[in-house]
Amino acid sequence: MLGLSLDQLRADMNRLLALLFHQGVLDEQFLQLQQLQDESSPNFVSEVVNIYFHESEKLLRNLRALLVDKEFSDYKKMGIHLNQFMGSSSSIGAQRVRNVCIAFRAACEQNNRAGCLRALELLEYEYCYLKNKLHELFQIEQQRILAGAVRYPVPQQHPNNPQV
Amino acid sequence: MGMAAAEAQFHVLAVDDSVIDRKLIERLLKTSSYQVTTVDSGSKALEVLGWHEGNPDEAFLSPRNHQEVEVNLVITDYCMPGMTGYDLLKKMKESSILRDIPVVIMSSENVPSRINRCLEEGAEEFFLKPVRLSDVSKLKPHLMKSKCKENQKPENQENEESEESIEEAKAETETETEIQSQQQQTAQSNNNNNNKRKSMDEGLSQDRTRPRYNNGLTVMSN
Repeated sequence: MLGLSLDQLRADMNRLLALLFHQGVLDEQFLQLQQLQDESSPNFVSEVVNIYFHESEKLLRNLRALLVDKEFSDYKKMGIHLNQFMGSSSSIGAQRVRNVCIAFRAACEQNNRAGCLRALELLEYEYCYLKNKLHELFQIEQQRILAGAVRYPVPQQHPNNPQV
Repeated sequence: MGMAAAEAQFHVLAVDDSVIDRKLIERLLKTSSYQVTTVDSGSKALEVLGWHEGNPDEAFLSPRNHQEVEVNLVITDYCMPGMTGYDLLKKMKESSILRDIPVVIMSSENVPSRINRCLEEGAEEFFLKPVRLSDVSKLKPHLMKSKCKENQKPENQENEESEESIEEAKAETETETEIQSQQQQTAQSNNNNNNKRKSMDEGLSQDRTRPRYNNGLTVMSN
């Protein structure tokens, strides 16, 4: 793993990001998140994304629990969960997940249970894909950090600039 | 008045029931060198502001007769369980202590009637979520204005007069015109409220390009 060069890792990360943007999985809001990360808040993106994962999985569980219930009728409650999911997805730039939420909400407003179930399946799929890709991204980022640390272990002795 | 130094002193109270959005707005504000307090509800916001139920005026506030901590601007989500951002705005405007604190509303939904209602109730700005750094940069004029106000008499409706002239709304940065219009206080608010409603209805786009509502007079798209 450490044999990978910094350049190669950076290229991998950029390639993955480009792919995700191209696929519409992420939008420019994700870039905003990255811009907000700096020395004073070096883990900002992963912190926000981890909160998002935690929240999303709870919401998905709630949505599924509502829909599998044969007596289900609380579309209003489902709508509230969806609005929350939509909002947080939008805030981190999870464009495709957000778009599925929009379609899901439309089915919800029509009290269309079958449509909601289909939308939920799609939502779970998109969320899974997003989560996997973001994990991949963070892994590359971690490797970059490690590779960067190994690169500068000890100051070298230089004839013109001796260091004690 | 040292501008750079003044910025670090501004304290913004951010209200949002979403954990993620609180984290985001906090980072956005801190990046812009503001001091930030975040709360997850309108009622907690009122606590921080020192407001007490049934006694919106001076009498029942803390012995200092002011807010618990000094807040220079409140930025709040619209859609929250219990007290909405609009309810919070209304309560603040009804309080003689809190009405001078500029309020900005955020919402993920582009609902013209909602935006209109908030601006007419006295919100300074309405931001569509997700909020960006470019939005946060629009807070400064409102913060500067409220600093000026502390040195002037509170009787003039200084919160509202900046909404009057259409020229201001056309300018991307309205700092100078706002300070000027404070001195041109007129009784035009009623008429201009109607104008605001019209221009809002005419100018709105349905898609998610990000219209900006500067005091409701024109829509500026990015």
